[in-house]
Amino acid sequence: MAERILSVDNLKVEIPVPSGMLHAVQGVSFKVDRGETLCIVGESGCGKSLTSLAIMDLLPTKANRTAERLELHGKNVLDIPEDEMADIRGNLMGMIFQEPMTSLNPAYTIGNQLEEALIRHRKVSRDEARDRAVYLLEKVGITAARSRLRQYPHQLSGGLRQRVMIAMTLMCGPGLIIADEPTTALDVTIQAQILLLLAELQNEFDMGLILITHDLGVVARVADRVCVMYAGQVVEQGSAKQVFENPTHPYTQGLLECIPIPGKTARGSHLGSIPGIVPSLVGEMNCCHFSDRCPYATDICRTQTVDLRQGFTADHDFRCVLTSEQCAENLKQKVPA
Amino acid sequence: MANGTVAAKLPSAQEILEPSASSLLLKRVFGHAGMTIGGGVLLFIFLIAILAPLLAPHDPFDQDLSKRFLDPVWGAKGTWLHPLGTDGFGRDYLSRMMFGAQTSLLIGFAAMLISGVIGTALGVAAGYFGGRVDMIITFIITTRLAMPVILVALVVVALIGSSLNIVIWVLGLLIWDRFAVVMRATTQQVRSMDYIAAAKALGCSTTRIIFTEIMPNVANALIVVATLEVAHAVLLEAALSFLGLGVQPPTPSWGLMISEGKGMMFFKAWVIAIPGFALFMLVLCINLMGDGIRDVTAPENRN
Amino acid sequence: MLFYALKRFGVAILVAVAVSIVTFSLLRFSGDPAAAMAGESATEEDIEYVRKHYGLDRPLPVQYADWAVKAMQGDFGESIYLKRAVSGILADRAPTTMILGALSLSFALILAIPLGVLAAMFPNTLVDRVALGIAVIGQALPSFFFALIMIIVFGVWLRWLPISGHASWLNFIMPSIALGYYATPAIMRLTRAGMMDVMSSDYIRTARAKGLKPRVVLFKHALRNAIIPVVSLSAVQLGFMLGGSIVIETIFSLNGLGNLAWQSIQRSDFEVMQAIVLTIASFYILLTFLADLLNAFLDPRIRVS
Repeated sequence: MAERILSVDNLKVEIPVPSGMLHAVQGVSFKVDRGETLCIVGESGCGKSLTSLAIMDLLPTKANRTAERLELHGKNVLDIPEDEMADIRGNLMGMIFQEPMTSLNPAYTIGNQLEEALIRHRKVSRDEARDRAVYLLEKVGITAARSRLRQYPHQLSGGLRQRVMIAMTLMCGPGLIIADEPTTALDVTIQAQILLLLAELQNEFDMGLILITHDLGVVARVADRVCVMYAGQVVEQGSAKQVFENPTHPYTQGLLECIPIPGKTARGSHLGSIPGIVPSLVGEMNCCHFSDRCPYATDICRTQTVDLRQGFTADHDFRCVLTSEQCAENLKQKVPA
Repeated sequence: MANGTVAAKLPSAQEILEPSASSLLLKRVFGHAGMTIGGGVLLFIFLIAILAPLLAPHDPFDQDLSKRFLDPVWGAKGTWLHPLGTDGFGRDYLSRMMFGAQTSLLIGFAAMLISGVIGTALGVAAGYFGGRVDMIITFIITTRLAMPVILVALVVVALIGSSLNIVIWVLGLLIWDRFAVVMRATTQQVRSMDYIAAAKALGCSTTRIIFTEIMPNVANALIVVATLEVAHAVLLEAALSFLGLGVQPPTPSWGLMISEGKGMMFFKAWVIAIPGFALFMLVLCINLMGDGIRDVTAPENRN
Repeated sequence: MLFYALKRFGVAILVAVAVSIVTFSLLRFSGDPAAAMAGESATEEDIEYVRKHYGLDRPLPVQYADWAVKAMQGDFGESIYLKRAVSGILADRAPTTMILGALSLSFALILAIPLGVLAAMFPNTLVDRVALGIAVIGQALPSFFFALIMIIVFGVWLRWLPISGHASWLNFIMPSIALGYYATPAIMRLTRAGMMDVMSSDYIRTARAKGLKPRVVLFKHALRNAIIPVVSLSAVQLGFMLGGSIVIETIFSLNGLGNLAWQSIQRSDFEVMQAIVLTIASFYILLTFLADLLNAFLDPRIRVS
């Protein structure tokens, strides 16, 4: 039984805005085990980035974070003092961000920034830190690593910078890596390389990986478990196999329909789309968040809040008033595009 | 009153839901504390300056050597006859302060206009035409920046002789640098906008593009710099007059009054404190207005 | 990098030459130098004599060329009043002004940078408003008035500081504050704006995600980047201070270049006036040049391409 690295229960993030209280993350729960890749999927504004920042406690000062449980390696990290949290960040868990072009300090060499990540948390000499930096740079596929250490970020391409970021997160050998859309800002060809790299590294170092993305193609390639978020809530969660083969929640179904499949999608046929827009998360919403865009919505959906319920298997949840069988039936009866 | 006329006076739903741009602007202006206070005091100073001939209790040039350095009304032997006391020649301080406001404002605005024309012409030309024109104008600006303004102004005035007009022209011909720098940068920004390319494609002449497309869009920055340069000119004139090479006596100028009162300042600090404080207030309010205009019209340029 | 420095240096020289030409022409055109030098009680013959003796009847370009050639050899002519080589007089007075300038800038930086950093760390709080208030007040206060007030308060009422002369370093305290405070608002605002900008950047988020201590994030990562434009601004402000020293040095009776300039103006001592304007302009040019170099050094994006 793999070690449980991260447990999140009922995580909420609220941000006061001029027009009221923005409930950006509403009761999100999930778990990540060692060696497991959890993909959090959703469109812009669904709260997936804020969820990851909340786990690291890197939210903007105005934001409010609450949860019933937030445990890293079984130890509570919820309301610990900031200096304890700083000891954990970069050490037991690391984060990779979306914008490699601006995520590195332009004034220092990448060697300096890599070594700094290790020296902060371990009593090692500069030389030892340098050696580890070289080791990891080579692991992420950067050639001539030792001379690269003296280079500045602006001398590297976007793909190289992201590799450096990955190496930097690995400096202290964390058990958990959170990657927030690490390939969105990169060329398509580089995207595949970076994702493959992440998967290899996760395997080799036996880490837990949370990959946040809006690209279902990426999810299909690397995910063990999938967590679909919509408008601040988890709407479906389960093993990748389960979610892809039997998408239960109407939103998940809609998402999967949007992907054109080479060979299967007929030329000239309509690409799937979900009509409508994401609802505002300011103030209280006492209905299903998806109700105004759901093809199967009824009055019940529009007037009461909807909780997660179990789907087809024990580790499969989804948020709908219908049962999983009813949802599957709806999908089968849909007119093919 | 017939119903028709009452109904005609009520604002329409349209007006309530979509306030006009000018009323929005007014709202922002009055909501901005710095601008309201600064503008209010500035208006007060303006009115005093304009109405000085009517408001001043005495002739500012009227000397009475038997009444030298009388205390202001709050002092030991002060009277309401001379509420701010008298200076070393027995002239009423309050009246001289009022006419001094005229001097400061006149010089401030006149110098600003002259430097504004020069600086804007140079800056817009450099920003719009780029290339060699830009290089030459930037060189001119750099040369001007390297020259110490007060020194050069003093030297020139010492040689030509000084008067109100000369001070205005010397200052105006020297302080155009900020206009040039800001207008150049703003014009460059506007120049790269698509609507300029569109105007050119339509065949508009350069003059027309500059005046109808560029100028309205750099107007905001221009007004902000103009207010700040008025303050700059006021301070420079005060310094020149303090050193004796600005406005010449007996013309009242706050800087000159500080210089004339310097000898007595250890005994009667008010002689320099009053004009000094007035200078401070004037420049403060002008700066507040400038900041306010920038905040209200283009808040994104705020630090 | 070397090419960059050479290019900047070339431009600097050109600007210095341009300044000397402008100043030279201004002095000769603004009035009749010969009349000014001869004095108020001079007769027509006296003035003509002065004109011939100092070569002021020659065409302007010739006069300038003559002056320029000598200037390049360090000969700035002779002071009419003091009967000494101008370069010697300048060398005597320059250190005082340099010290005054350095102290003034130090004062401005010591006040402005911490205020700017604090204001950026706690925006829209009391600290921020106080900092901005100081900035607004500083920009509105005429320096000569501030100097006089300080003299009254600290020199006469409290008797803490000497009010004139240059006996000891104490004499430089009030003049430095009077000269330096005017630069504080601009530097503070730039620091504040720069810090606020930098603190919200992605690489600061990365630094925090690495678990770096807050002090390290603030100084090693944030300030290091935010300070770059402040270097250029400081150089410019120092240049302005050197030019504005004339007012402060006269008030505090400091024997620097500013005071000398004032005396020369009153005595119509042309050679000295010309030399001082050029000297101060040259310092400004040198300072901005050094600031450019320092900038390039601090920002690897310029230094290493």
